[in-house]
Amino acid sequence: SKLGKMLKKFGSEFLRTRFSSILSKRGRSSGTDKLHSALSAIVGEKNAAWSLAAREQHNHDESFHAGGTPENCVWPNSVEEVSEVAKFCSKNHISMIPFGTGTGMEGGVVPQNKTICVNLTNMDRISDLNLEDFDVKVQPGVTRKSLNRELRDTGLWFPVDPGADASICGMAATGASGTNAIRYGTMKQNVLNLEVVLADGTILNTAGPKRRCRKSSAGYNLTDLFVGSEGTLGFITSTTIRLHGIPESTLAAVCSFPTVADAVNTTIQVLQCSIPIARIELLDSFTIDAVNKYSSLENKVAPTLFLEFHGSQKGTEEQVDQVSEIATLNGGSEFSWASTTEERSQLWQARHDCLYALLAQRPGSKCYSTDVCVPVSVLSEAIQYSKDVLDDSGLTAGTVGHVGDGNFHCLIILDPGNEKELLGVKMAADMIAKRAIDLGGTCTGEHGIGIGKKELLKSELGAEGISVMRSIKNTLDPLNLMNPYKVIE
Amino acid sequence: MARVLVGVKRVIDYAVKIRVKPDKSGVVTEGVKHSMNPFDEIAVEEAIRLKEKKLASEIVAVTCGPTQNQETLRTALAMGADRGIHVEIPADQCAKAGPLQISKIFAKLAEQEKADLIILGKQAIDGDNNQTAQMTAAVLDWAQGTFASELKLEGDELTVVREVDGGLETVKLKMPAVVSADLRLNEPRYATLPNIMKAKKKKVAKISPKDLGVEIASSIEVVEVTDPPQREAGIKVESTEELVSKLKESGLV
Repeated sequence: SKLGKMLKKFGSEFLRTRFSSILSKRGRSSGTDKLHSALSAIVGEKNAAWSLAAREQHNHDESFHAGGTPENCVWPNSVEEVSEVAKFCSKNHISMIPFGTGTGMEGGVVPQNKTICVNLTNMDRISDLNLEDFDVKVQPGVTRKSLNRELRDTGLWFPVDPGADASICGMAATGASGTNAIRYGTMKQNVLNLEVVLADGTILNTAGPKRRCRKSSAGYNLTDLFVGSEGTLGFITSTTIRLHGIPESTLAAVCSFPTVADAVNTTIQVLQCSIPIARIELLDSFTIDAVNKYSSLENKVAPTLFLEFHGSQKGTEEQVDQVSEIATLNGGSEFSWASTTEERSQLWQARHDCLYALLAQRPGSKCYSTDVCVPVSVLSEAIQYSKDVLDDSGLTAGTVGHVGDGNFHCLIILDPGNEKELLGVKMAADMIAKRAIDLGGTCTGEHGIGIGKKELLKSELGAEGISVMRSIKNTLDPLNLMNPYKVIE
Repeated sequence: MARVLVGVKRVIDYAVKIRVKPDKSGVVTEGVKHSMNPFDEIAVEEAIRLKEKKLASEIVAVTCGPTQNQETLRTALAMGADRGIHVEIPADQCAKAGPLQISKIFAKLAEQEKADLIILGKQAIDGDNNQTAQMTAAVLDWAQGTFASELKLEGDELTVVREVDGGLETVKLKMPAVVSADLRLNEPRYATLPNIMKAKKKKVAKISPKDLGVEIASSIEVVEVTDPPQREAGIKVESTEELVSKLKESGLV
């Protein structure tokens, strides 16, 4: 039967997570005691927790992927302590999961086996700020908003903006991106160096100690290897990142279109004219309606682009003229402007709150977000296909996207208690991802593979790619202790 | 168009964890990050918006304190103030210069600079006194609109919406006036690099309180600064009987 086939495909994952969930909620045993004492000896009594409440804080992220609960949680205070924890765990074959802000979208921190959780946020220093070189070093406890607050008097900022106030090292681990990527790049383009602790405790600087070069041809690119590795190759204990100048002028506007295709065509033409637009975000009618209700805005309910222009005074005015011309050619409405800092913040907050706005339409529901990214020329096709698949499956979803990058999210609203609906969502998401892969894109533009997209990774990369990835994993983590059962088997 | 005076204070950055000095004479300030008082950022922003709306002709930023305060002035200039005045008070005397003394300095400067409007932050996050704006208005015998969450200037008349305990109060003031900025008045802009560079060329005048004929010795002396008591861990009890006996023990029942 269809249900039988689905259970066979997803069943082993369900079973393993249910089983480990039962295991880890047991009371303390002598094994747990020994583990706790050993870890406390390394990080200090205050920085190791065995209480269920503390461990349950570390068994989930923003996704609804289920799993177990870690056996113990530690909060190391230095890279040396992280190294000692890793050495101990290596010696005793104990799995480790790095933890930052828990704002991931793919279950990256959810235990899938017996493991400990290493919460790195006690390490929260910002150091080595170089104003003329535009770089700074941050530890895992520094989130992107707290960094930008710290930098506010310098005229510099870190523009990668995934919505959540995520740990910057965590953003490096997932290869995060966001609304500003079209102009400023993703984490990949903005990480200069990483300090990493491998499974066996080795402390490694991926570009070399103290390196912070804008460009380099020195050896294999280890920095990019670890960006997006989702904790499966080592702990990221420090990231050296590129900063950018705060633009002199920032203008934000909203423009609605008759159809999604019109909005996408506008985007393609804007990019073809090499207009350095800072943000170009698509929200479909369903989402705009939810956003209006949730964030008390009054946008027209139609496919909409939220736009932001950065540059000098004259530069932004020129960009606006060019983009309005293109929008009008594609049936776009008059721009409605967010002129003050407050109005702009409100606009972008509403965009980031899309998820909550959609959830609020059906209280008690959860959301699954697809994350495909395709070449912009086939974006309309990919979005239309996704909508058709979701309609056929009877699922409710809003579509929002970083159209400039060809990356869009179908935010599917579901009842987490309804197993049948869950499976339906998984099937629809798979179909959407497979079509994206066929169109030359990826199943995950920015969220990562985590737990749920391992099969898709195989289709996307092919056997050779997976095989090479596996050999790298085996070289760096031969005992498979770093965040097992994530990304690749 | 109004001539606006804005006060900016250099304080320990709001994100820093404050530590009390071992000798309890004050808080640790050595090597600690300092920045402009957040309410003053809002005050500066409001002044700049008035200028952008062509309701203000010139914005003069004023700070009272040691040499390091010049950084704070530069930030105000980078945000868009036209020029700065640094009233130099050496670090060891700063602690003694309280709201009363500062208000007298602002009052004298307002007269000298022929200001029509003074915008201050409602309070500084180190002293938390919430007195300077009110005292300045009193010394000058000017109208005052404090805890402003909204400001409208039309000709000679200033409409201020104030955030008060019971809700919002709207007052109409005849200029000249003193306004203190509250949190929701606006969201301040960040200083951009081009503006930081331009700010280096803007004029900053240095004067002393003596030049204004103001005595800065306060009659208030800080005797001791201590941490609030450490919060102790709670205990878990196994039964209601134990709960009751523990409550009785501590004299609560």
